[in-house]
Amino acid sequence: MRAAIVPSRQQQPERLRQSGLAERVFRIRESGILVVLVVFVAVTTGVQHRFLDVSNIQFVLVDTASFALLALGETMVVISRNVDLSVGSVVGLSAYLSASLFASHPGLPIPVVFLAGLGIGLACGIANGIMVAAGRVPSLVVTLATLYIIRGIDILVVGGNEVDANQLPNAFLDIPKDTVGGIPDIAIAVAVIIAAGAYYLRTYRSGRDLYAIGSNPDAARLAGLPVGRRVFTAFAVSGAIAGVAGVLWSAQYGTINSTAGTGYELQVVSAVVVGGVAIFGGSGSVTGAAIGALLLTTISSALYVLGISSFWDQAIWGLLLLVAIALDQTLTERLTSALRKRRTRHE
Amino acid sequence: MSKLIRLQPALRWETGLAVVVILIVAIGSVASPDFLTGNNLFSLGLSNGEIAIMTLPMTLIIISGEIDLSVASILGMSSALLGFLWARGWPMPAIFVTLAVVGVLAGAINGLLVTRLRLPSLAVTIGTLALYRGVALILLGPNTVSDFPNAYTNLGVNAVPFTGNDMTYSTLIFIVLAIVFGVVLHATPFGRSIYAMGASAEAAQFSGIRVKRIKTILYMVSGFICALAGVLWTFRLNTAVQNNGLGLELSVVAIVLLAGVSIFGGKGSLIGVVLAVLAFAGIQNALLLTNFNQEATGIVTGALLLASVFLPNAGRLLRRLSHS
Amino acid sequence: MNLRRARKLALALPVIAAVGLAAACSSSTSSSSAPASTSAAASSAAASSAGASSTSSASTGASGSLKTGLKVFVIPKNLGNSYFTTADSAGSGGAIAALTTLGETGTETSGTAATPASQIPAIQAAVSKGANILLVSATDPTALCPTLKSAMSRGITVVTYDSDAPTCRNAFINQASTAQIGTSEVDVLAKELNDTGQIAIVSAAASATNQNAWIGYMKTELAKYPKMSLAGVVYGNDDPTTATQVTQGLLQQYPNLKGIISPTTVGIAAAAAVLDTAKYRGKIALTGLGTPDEMKKYVGDGTVKEFVLWNPANLGYLAAYAAVEIASGQITGATGQTFTAGKLGSYTIGANNTVLLGPPTVFDSTNVNNFNF
Repeated sequence: MRAAIVPSRQQQPERLRQSGLAERVFRIRESGILVVLVVFVAVTTGVQHRFLDVSNIQFVLVDTASFALLALGETMVVISRNVDLSVGSVVGLSAYLSASLFASHPGLPIPVVFLAGLGIGLACGIANGIMVAAGRVPSLVVTLATLYIIRGIDILVVGGNEVDANQLPNAFLDIPKDTVGGIPDIAIAVAVIIAAGAYYLRTYRSGRDLYAIGSNPDAARLAGLPVGRRVFTAFAVSGAIAGVAGVLWSAQYGTINSTAGTGYELQVVSAVVVGGVAIFGGSGSVTGAAIGALLLTTISSALYVLGISSFWDQAIWGLLLLVAIALDQTLTERLTSALRKRRTRHE
Repeated sequence: MSKLIRLQPALRWETGLAVVVILIVAIGSVASPDFLTGNNLFSLGLSNGEIAIMTLPMTLIIISGEIDLSVASILGMSSALLGFLWARGWPMPAIFVTLAVVGVLAGAINGLLVTRLRLPSLAVTIGTLALYRGVALILLGPNTVSDFPNAYTNLGVNAVPFTGNDMTYSTLIFIVLAIVFGVVLHATPFGRSIYAMGASAEAAQFSGIRVKRIKTILYMVSGFICALAGVLWTFRLNTAVQNNGLGLELSVVAIVLLAGVSIFGGKGSLIGVVLAVLAFAGIQNALLLTNFNQEATGIVTGALLLASVFLPNAGRLLRRLSHS
Repeated sequence: MNLRRARKLALALPVIAAVGLAAACSSSTSSSSAPASTSAAASSAAASSAGASSTSSASTGASGSLKTGLKVFVIPKNLGNSYFTTADSAGSGGAIAALTTLGETGTETSGTAATPASQIPAIQAAVSKGANILLVSATDPTALCPTLKSAMSRGITVVTYDSDAPTCRNAFINQASTAQIGTSEVDVLAKELNDTGQIAIVSAAASATNQNAWIGYMKTELAKYPKMSLAGVVYGNDDPTTATQVTQGLLQQYPNLKGIISPTTVGIAAAAAVLDTAKYRGKIALTGLGTPDEMKKYVGDGTVKEFVLWNPANLGYLAAYAAVEIASGQITGATGQTFTAGKLGSYTIGANNTVLLGPPTVFDSTNVNNFNF
């Protein structure tokens, strides 16, 4: 995996070669999902050529946008050997509160509402981050608890009300529909954000530290990495992203009540796992997770376009997930033994 | 002495839980005169029976260092299969046998994926959660089966004979199973080996414990119990439909975590689980009976869950914070 | 060894105490609650026999002879749904408003998940709290029956509204005739499409009884328009994401689609959001069951020309009156009986102990802004 320790001069070439192998394998994993996606699209289009219509591609891209965003935040958390189960509830809370801002203050500029959503999500993420990092308690338990608490707050705040499309400005509702050269605006925006995220994780020290923490938290701590700060940042970012995804949610659907975002957390974790991010941390990439989100949305869309009974949807998702996990495990084991053999050969 | 030390931190949380349960009983009965009525306790037992039963194998799995998120989907699959076969005229005893086999098989698949293929159980059981729910969807589709004979559906209506008017069948099954699981976990070598592999799978393996076999057995037991829960659920509601039990897995995990069972494995007790079931059911019920906002159920559950991880570590936490 | 046993005993004691406390209290309070339930049963038995003796001719209830001080629990499919909030609240003139006028106490309660597992505890709690009447919108036609039947056996009046549980209630208040809901939707589309074209249906959950009933009537009505055809029925599960995706799938699968009917408020809102683009607005006609608030924008910009609903507040109001009439022994809910429902006037109970609120209301640009639900 990725070593955070700087190697000595003599060992440097070897380490580079080893990390080169690791890099190559993970590129293969990412391109592997891409290949699956391409094959899938090809087969579906063969049966129903309208699957690849411009309008359907636009639909799929828009539907994937907030899903991929959530996958980005979740990846950062999972890489560090944690999990954030509260994302669905954060989306719901942010969707309603930001939409109701429009309802109570008509004429509010749209960027302000996005910032408000980001702020709400950030607050939730900070709460999660403090509890996990400072409290050193398992993130599964903490985020399961905040899933309940944030959804409960959402239900209390919303009550029986809802925000309807006629209370939202047209410009806001058009955000998911605007396109540039045929590609939906938000798809471009999300792609840029994901590219930025991928660059950050690969290049910046604080990004690479997350991988080290995920591979071996104790070793990372002993090596002097600021584990608490990094984990806190990961959760804060995940929360902020969920907040923005919530605002996008209300732009896309226009009708928001207390059930928004229910059940998203397991779908997001599925996308991340399918995308090659190891659930125990230490490996995987944001691009892979985004492609995983795209693949899962494409499968749903394909089922509906082909007219296959939607009753097969869940079973296919489940099988796909299991195959992805098994594949990842095999790849990881082969890689580990290959690395180990190389090391012993050179010693 | 070592056993005492291992039980010590767990015991402190269980005592706290017991206090919480007594508090809930006290506050509930003061706030509403209907809280402790036989009728209410009966309803409590009915609504929470299946969830309570499912927490028992989940406890063992979590203590052994794994997790099983597919429990609600096995319940749903068993319910769907029950309806599917009944609608096709199968006799009930044959259906029960089939359901038992399917439940064990579903658990075995989980177990094999986790132990033989060495896949992480969190990810695997998210996959089987979708897969088994998918099977339920494929079996029943949009159909509902609700013509089960009264002899069976009466377990959702009548109390167990000879116990007064308050004990539901699912409560009785829960009590019996809790005793069995409790004895196995706390007083047999099998139970001790579960703690051992939760604390360190490698050490346990080296000390001769057959980690893979035991984990697979635990998953198979979980599958069987969840299939049983599916049967109870279906008869209680007299309805087999594909979304039976949807979303229950998080409640089951929440209860087990509430009991002070460590998500990392190796720690926890069954008494804690029983208390956590009482607390969970009691809170929901008390909120419903009083005029306190029942939407706050989630908030209270979440807060208790947080307490379950923070309070036992409180001392250590304060010391560390004062040092940094 | 002794220390460990002592600790276990110390732990077991509180548990035993709690259970023992519960058992002791239950055995004492069950005896005190017994007389209450038998007197309730006796009074309803007397009431039903009084009703029975005059059922050969329809019996009318004068509001003066209605009971007051009844405890009524209004149990919608789930809380947090604006449709039900309108149907149930005092502020909107719904069920609780009617109950207050009649001198009863009304409380809205339910779960948050719109499933039987979420709704049943609320029903049971209502029974525990001494309910005299339950007004229920059933999450499932059969799953609630054991609970509801048990309530009825204790003399509690059970009236369903909006969504029925046909074998376990005294009466059902239907918002509009099932047939009329189905046929009016098709007729609205036919008018917009000049009787020609391919249409599709975006429904809710595949197992929802009222949906399937309405769709059945839609199919028979469609047969009257030989130049129209049904491409298919897809299920949005009342989840915005799924409803959006199935609608998008329809648009891809059937390029000649001319119209969509979505007889569910979540479905029509999601479909409207999908169709509200220059490409589809006005080219694909959309109608269904929607609330005025949710549809105002889409009627305004032409995505939806007409849609159908009823006034949920009136539905709740009528259900409350019917239930109080039954609980007061004025009627038993049997076919042919009549009663007066306050400001809504006089109603006659139809087949299967069902009361019809009235014909569905058609909303369009001329009247949609007059309503606030």
